Amino acid sequence: MTAIYDRGVVRVNFTKNMQRHVDCPPEDVSGATLRLALDDYFRIHPAVRSYVLDDQGAVRRHVAVFVDGDHVSDPSSLSDPLGDDAEIHVMQALSGG
Amino acid sequence: MNDQDSLLVGTRKGLFTMRTHGGAWRPERVDFLGEPVTAVVHDETSGRTWAALGTGHFGVHVWRREGGASEWVEVASPTYPARPASATDVDPMRQEPVPWATQMAWVLETGGPQRPDELWCGTIPGGLFRSRDGGDSWQLERGLWDHEARAQWFGGGYDWPGVHSVTPDPRDPNTIVAAVSCGGSWITRDDGATWEASTGMRADYVPPDAAMDPYTQDPHRVVRCLADPDVLWNQHHSGCYRSTDGGVMWEEIVERAPSVFGFAAAAHPTDPSTAWFVPAVADQLRVPVDGRFVASRTTDGGKSFDVLGDGLPDHDAYDLVYRHALDVDGTGEQLAMGSTTGSLWATGNGGERWETVSANLPPVNVVRFASRG
Repeated sequence: MTAIYDRGVVRVNFTKNMQRHVDCPPEDVSGATLRLALDDYFRIHPAVRSYVLDDQGAVRRHVAVFVDGDHVSDPSSLSDPLGDDAEIHVMQALSGG
Repeated sequence: MNDQDSLLVGTRKGLFTMRTHGGAWRPERVDFLGEPVTAVVHDETSGRTWAALGTGHFGVHVWRREGGASEWVEVASPTYPARPASATDVDPMRQEPVPWATQMAWVLETGGPQRPDELWCGTIPGGLFRSRDGGDSWQLERGLWDHEARAQWFGGGYDWPGVHSVTPDPRDPNTIVAAVSCGGSWITRDDGATWEASTGMRADYVPPDAAMDPYTQDPHRVVRCLADPDVLWNQHHSGCYRSTDGGVMWEEIVERAPSVFGFAAAAHPTDPSTAWFVPAVADQLRVPVDGRFVASRTTDGGKSFDVLGDGLPDHDAYDLVYRHALDVDGTGEQLAMGSTTGSLWATGNGGERWETVSANLPPVNVVRFASRG
């Protein structure tokens, strides 16, 4: 185990629908909350931020974020705590049937 | 017709570039296929082109293509500052807080030859943005955004108000006219520091006592005669207007064949008496009058109008042309217009005769001539 694993590694994955617009490969990042983990990802891939978050830093209305398979409970401040080896999935909300 | 000319057509499902071949427009390339292209503009001086995408799920994104290049590069998008906790702006129709977040980039305009790196973007929910570095960064124009009259703006058609027309005065780039649905038309003479609402418009969608309120007017599209910049034309929700004092005061054009309702307007680049519109029946019936799709042109400053239908569908047509989907080139001879039902028409003689470029495009949002690119 490396040091980073001791802090807990968070895996961030994106829907293929977003890959059409912006390069957003899966990445291992760190962070005790969803906000911190996403910020760590955006530090590596800054262009991805505005595809996921709106001008006020909230998750876009038609983007769905899951932590370990569950919808996030707080899409505005992204305060959801992350456990060790958490997995984040950024998906596209269903719309238009 | 110049072989270098191209026609940029932004649609609900991509950006289509048409080019002339033997006098006829033909599709040359498709960019952003599948994505809504809500605004596009080409700068003749630099050869650069910008396109705004409303990706639906993933927000508004602006892309730039250098002159002569084939690849697009994503640049910055207009982004609102953090909404202060003290903000009280509420849409008066919805009674909901106005989101400080770009919902749509509704129009892109260049700063003109005197300001080659300047770019304007009018957005929903009502912010006017300016870039001074060709789109690499954007600033919200606080002079207009912080005007107390914005409290009266409201969304018409879209959920929130939006800036759809921006036209700098080519004689003086510090003088700019911008128009808002629904929030009136505005003029600044000090490069955006202070703004004043224009007068003379009449709204028939509010109680009679409020009909002349400058802050709740719904100009659908405001365009300027570049060679005589004091002359502007305005296709309003409730009628048609012309200004001869740079957009300070609007004079109503009461009669226009076949109707005064519509969205699009195009000003002749050199003749201040000539402009084109694309009428529909009325607010409550947004289809061509009697199923006959036509353009309407005045050549005498709005006193009379010619109905231009040669080459256009003359029966059972239900096409509507959105506010940015009619354009005229620098000669005043070539025009093009695209409809919500995916047709695109062009003329090389001021509208006397139209040709069908396509009848199978996605719904058309915006049509712009480009001298190159």
